[in-house]
Amino acid sequence: MAEVSVHNVTKRFGKFTALSDVSMEFPDGGFFALLGPSGSCKTTLLRTIAGFLFTDGGTIRIGQQVVDDIPVEKREIGLMFQNYALFPNMTVADNVGFGLRVRKVGASEERRRIGEALDLVQLGHLGDRKPHQLSGGQRQRVALARAIVTRPRVLLLDEPLSALDKSLRVDMQIELKRIQREIGITTIFVTHDQEEALTLSDKIGILREGRMIQSGPPRDVYNNPVDVFTAEFLGDANIIAGRGQGQRLERPQAGGILVPPGSDTASALAVRPESISISTFEPIQDGISKVNATLVQRMFAGAMSTCIAEGDGNTYKVIGRDLDIPEVALGQKVWLSWKAVHTIVIPGQ
Amino acid sequence: MSTTLANQQRSKIISLLSPAYLWLTVAIFLPLSAMLYFSFLSDVPFGQTEWHLTTENYQAFFQTTTYAKLLWKSIKLGLIVTGFAVLVGFPCAYVLAKVIQGRAREALFLLVILPFWSNSLVRIFSWAIVLRGNGVLEIGLNAILPFEVDVNLMFSTPAIVIGLVHSYLPYVILTSYLALQAIDDNLIDAARSMGAGKHTILWRIILPLSLPGLLAGAVLIFVPVVGSFMEPRILGGRVGTYFGTVIEDQFVAVFNWPLGAALSFILLAVVLVILALSSPILRRAQT
Repeated sequence: MAEVSVHNVTKRFGKFTALSDVSMEFPDGGFFALLGPSGSCKTTLLRTIAGFLFTDGGTIRIGQQVVDDIPVEKREIGLMFQNYALFPNMTVADNVGFGLRVRKVGASEERRRIGEALDLVQLGHLGDRKPHQLSGGQRQRVALARAIVTRPRVLLLDEPLSALDKSLRVDMQIELKRIQREIGITTIFVTHDQEEALTLSDKIGILREGRMIQSGPPRDVYNNPVDVFTAEFLGDANIIAGRGQGQRLERPQAGGILVPPGSDTASALAVRPESISISTFEPIQDGISKVNATLVQRMFAGAMSTCIAEGDGNTYKVIGRDLDIPEVALGQKVWLSWKAVHTIVIPGQ
Repeated sequence: MSTTLANQQRSKIISLLSPAYLWLTVAIFLPLSAMLYFSFLSDVPFGQTEWHLTTENYQAFFQTTTYAKLLWKSIKLGLIVTGFAVLVGFPCAYVLAKVIQGRAREALFLLVILPFWSNSLVRIFSWAIVLRGNGVLEIGLNAILPFEVDVNLMFSTPAIVIGLVHSYLPYVILTSYLALQAIDDNLIDAARSMGAGKHTILWRIILPLSLPGLLAGAVLIFVPVVGSFMEPRILGGRVGTYFGTVIEDQFVAVFNWPLGAALSFILLAVVLVILALSSPILRRAQT
């Protein structure tokens, strides 16, 4: 087990700069997510850490070792692919034992560790099967067992759960987290599923067009996004136009948008859909932001309902429990309100 | 209603299949049946000759060791040519499938297919010009090398092998290429991440997974090479007597069609037996 440090890493493909000046620390034993939309080069970053690609600048360290010149074969990493990449010509046990045989650990040691790894993923009884005889979830577990059986220093996962259906995915998330805790391996995974990233990880890094936009614990990043992109990408956010655009924030702003104490300048203001309440009358409490708006849409989705309201030159998305939203005909005036602390102040450049 | 649908389906299937099978019946099955019939005759049933049914032609194969020796020589030639074609073709298919991308791949592929598009006689005589004494190869080598070399491969076994490998190389390249391209690149990456070097990946991942294609190509080469006569005759000259050339002689020179037909069917039977014996290996490679 070891910490991983990515320091000012740059990677180019011809004229195209895939990664520019990316830095992130991955402390020992943690669970980390690299999150970004498609084209953010998050997989490129993972493949660079893995050693399939070499950096054009900057340094990657695994433990105390600088690995910039070490190819993937020698980096002692475990890797899991989106499509599992199990060897179709080998049994489950041979798949798991592949890395051990390469390392020539000896037949009895090999058998023992294959058994251990398969037991860890609860597939001890399926060692003789071929991959095509397994379900998607089972293949996933085999791929995980294969990645950790050599006791790598770091486990890298490339969109590991995106091929599974939703309920299985949630089960596998829990399972993945349990196994990661049990063996305490530093784990870095790439995903475009923000919920997965927020649930699983101790720290997330948001990538966009090959730049690390923000990294930190999920709560920090969610509550204090550094820019409009992060606010909108991670969770949902209503960006409030025309407010705080490079101005000094006044507080309290009567009848307008209130910001939390301590916020001086902002490039934009935002509010999460779940922070907003809808009422038919004007709320009179102190310390809340309020907007008079017209209800344009209401969608019932079981646990949560979504409303769209337009007011003050902005379109607001509101998410709440259905019974908390008053019965109002579409096109009627409503009041949107939220507490000052719920206004996200996106810092100025 | 479902029966009309089924009928429509059936007529569609028949209309799609029948041209091919009709063609095969007329072009292969009927002549082959005629040949089988000939092989049991005492003489060609044309003109004024007397003929009767007999198994003499088949007995002739076993009466001397000449035919068996020639057959064995042909099988050895088949194995050697197949071996060289695999050795040369598989690496080429690997590079085409896994290393080169885009337009360069198309261009290189065209070069691989080129032998198919040239007339086989032209191809063989071109080789004759290259391989003969004072031929293109000798002149070329002497132009580059500082010392004189004497290259006269014409009318030798190497000349036959060179010509046959050239003719049949595309088969092994094409079938291997298809099998190699179907291998997910992630499998190779996964093996690398587990510490496997190039040799381990080749022997434990790439070869096992592409073996069906490789063997299909080998079979496609082996079968026609065992019966080949043109390359042995033109490039081999005096040493170019093989089972295939003997069969050809029966038809065009000696005019003993029944014996030629019988020898052809013996060859067919031996090749089928070889394929049947190796089929367990082929089948295991496919799972």
